[in-house]
Amino acid sequence: MSTATIGPAAAPSRRLRPVTGLRNSFTLTWRSVLKIRTNSEDLIGLSLQPIMFLLLFTYVFGGAIAHGNVQAYLDYVLPGILVQTVLFATLGTGLMLNQDISAGIFDRFRSLPIARWAPLAGAIMGDVTRYVISVVVTLGFGMVLGFRIGTNPIAAIAGCLLVLAFALAMCWVSAWIGLIVKTPQGVQTFGFTAMFPIVFASGILVPIPTMPGWLQAFAKANPLTLLAAACRGLMRSGPVAVPAGESMLWALGIMLVFAPLAVRAYRRKT
Amino acid sequence: MTAAIEAEGLIKSFGKTNALAGVDLAAAAGTVLGVLGPNGAGKTTAVRILTTLLQPDGGRAAVGGYDVVTDAHRVRQLIGLTGQYASVDDGLTGTNNLVMIGRLLGLSRAQARARAAELLSRFDLTEAASRPVKTYSGGMRRRIDLAASLVGHPQVLFLDEPTTGLDPQARSDVWDMIRVLVGDGVTVLLTTQYLDEADQLADGIVVIDHGRVIATGTPDELKAKVGGQVLEVVPADLDRIADVVAILASSTGDEPVTGPGARQVTAQVPSAALLPSIVRQLDENGIELAEFSLRKSSLDEVFLTLTGHRAEEDLAMKQTAIRTDDVRERASR
Repeated sequence: MSTATIGPAAAPSRRLRPVTGLRNSFTLTWRSVLKIRTNSEDLIGLSLQPIMFLLLFTYVFGGAIAHGNVQAYLDYVLPGILVQTVLFATLGTGLMLNQDISAGIFDRFRSLPIARWAPLAGAIMGDVTRYVISVVVTLGFGMVLGFRIGTNPIAAIAGCLLVLAFALAMCWVSAWIGLIVKTPQGVQTFGFTAMFPIVFASGILVPIPTMPGWLQAFAKANPLTLLAAACRGLMRSGPVAVPAGESMLWALGIMLVFAPLAVRAYRRKT
Repeated sequence: MTAAIEAEGLIKSFGKTNALAGVDLAAAAGTVLGVLGPNGAGKTTAVRILTTLLQPDGGRAAVGGYDVVTDAHRVRQLIGLTGQYASVDDGLTGTNNLVMIGRLLGLSRAQARARAAELLSRFDLTEAASRPVKTYSGGMRRRIDLAASLVGHPQVLFLDEPTTGLDPQARSDVWDMIRVLVGDGVTVLLTTQYLDEADQLADGIVVIDHGRVIATGTPDELKAKVGGQVLEVVPADLDRIADVVAILASSTGDEPVTGPGARQVTAQVPSAALLPSIVRQLDENGIELAEFSLRKSSLDEVFLTLTGHRAEEDLAMKQTAIRTDDVRERASR
C-alpha cells in the first residue's frame, strides 16, 4: 500500500471519542444537505407543495369558508399551511433513512469506524434544512398573496421556531416509520395515511365549530390545532402562551415516545 | 504467518433458516481467500459477520487479531468492504462520496479531497468525478464502490461478489485492481460464484454449501481432490450419446455428465491407465469419435462433485433474479 496519509495506525484505538461522533454527525449532515442541493426534484417538490396548497385553499375554499373574504381566510389559513407543509416535509426523514438502508449505504457506514448514532443524527440534522426551506417558501409565497405579519418580526420568527421545534419532534415518528417499513413506497403510504386525519381533523384549515361534537373534541386536542393557533397569535393576533405551551408539551411527548422507538428500531437494523 | 482473517465454528440463523452451521475459515496476511458457494450458501452472511455488520449466534471470528464482536471498533479501522450490500450514495457525485468517507475516517477537508482525487484517477473515474453516481455504468459503479472501500487504506479487504453482472472486460479490470492491492500487501477475502475468478485470484479456497464448509485448499489441491483428470468425449454421431455415457459409466465408475447442448460427455477419470480400454470399448461398439480429450478437472467439476450441482445453474438463476429486481425497481420509480 502507498504510504498512508492517515490509514490505520499500528494499533487501532479501542473506543471512539465522543467528539469524533459529533464530527461524524456533522459530516453526515453535510451529506444530507448536499443531497437536497443536488436533488432538484426534491427541492422543487418541497417548494411547489406549499405554493399549491396555499393557492388551492385560499382560492377554492377561502370564499366558502370566510363568506367571500379571501383575505381574512388567507390570514387564518397561512399559519395552518405552514404547520401542514413542515409536517409533510418530515416524511422525507423516514424516506431517506429507508432508502439508505435498502440501498446498502447504511451498511457502508456501519463498516466504518464511526459513531453508531451518527448516521441517524446526520439524517435528522440535515433535514432541518428542508424544514427551513418549507417555512421560508410558505411564508414568502403567503406574503406574495397578501398575507401580512400583524405583530412584529421577532414574534413571527418565534412562530417559525415553534413550527421547527414541532417538526423536530415529528421527524422521529417519520424516522421510526422509515426504519420499520420495508420499502420507500411503504413509508410514503403509511406516512400519508397517518398524517391526513391529523392534518384535516384539526383547526389548521377550517374553524372547528363547524365540525360534529365528537370531532370537535379530537380537533381541539390535536397538537396541530394548538400549534397553528400559537402561530396565528404570533403572526396575526390571538392568544399565544397557552397554545404554544400546550403544543410544545405535545412535541416533547411525541419525542419522548418516538425517539426511543426510532433508536430501538435503528439499533435493531445496526 | 499470522492469520489476517480467522473464523471458528460460526453459526447464524435467521428464523428457521440456518445460514451458517459452523463455518471455519482462515486467510494468511497478504493472501487472497476465495469463498465459493452457490446462491444462499451463506457466503454473504459470513462476510457480514466478519465485517461487524452482523453478530454470530455462535463461534468466534477475528480480523487482524481483533475479535469482530468484542473489538468491533478496532476491526472497522482495519477493513474495507465492497459488496452487494455496502454501497455508495447514488445521489452524490463520485468525488463527494469519497470525500464524505475520508471525512468520516478523520481526514481533514484537504486530505479527503486529495485522497478522493488520487483514488478517482487510479480507478479511471476522473472524468466522471463530478457526476452523480446514479449516472455511472455498471463497471464504473463497481469501481467507485471499490474506491470507496479503499479510502482508509484497509489492511483487509472484503469483496462480496465484486464482478457479478459485469461484462468480461470490466471483470478483468476489477481482477487487475485486486492483483495490485494484493501486491501492496492487502489481504483479500473474495466471495464469488465464478469458479474461474477464484482460480485466477485466490491462494486458498473455501467452498461453502448450506452454511457448511465442504472443502478447503488451494485451487490445485481442490482439483486434485476430485480425481485430478477429466475425460471429454464427443461422438461423431450424436445419436450415440447414450452409448458413450454407458461405456464411460461402466469403465470409470463415475456418473458421466452430458452437455453443453447434449453433444459432449464428461467423466472423472481416476487414472489415465483406463484410457486404452475406454477407446477399445468405444471402437468395439462402432462409435466414431469427433473429440476425445483428457484434461485436469476445472473448479467447476470440483464444485459439481462437492455440491452435487453446477455453479452456473445457480448463477443463471441469480442473474435472472437480479434482472427481475432491476425491472421492479425501475417500475416503482
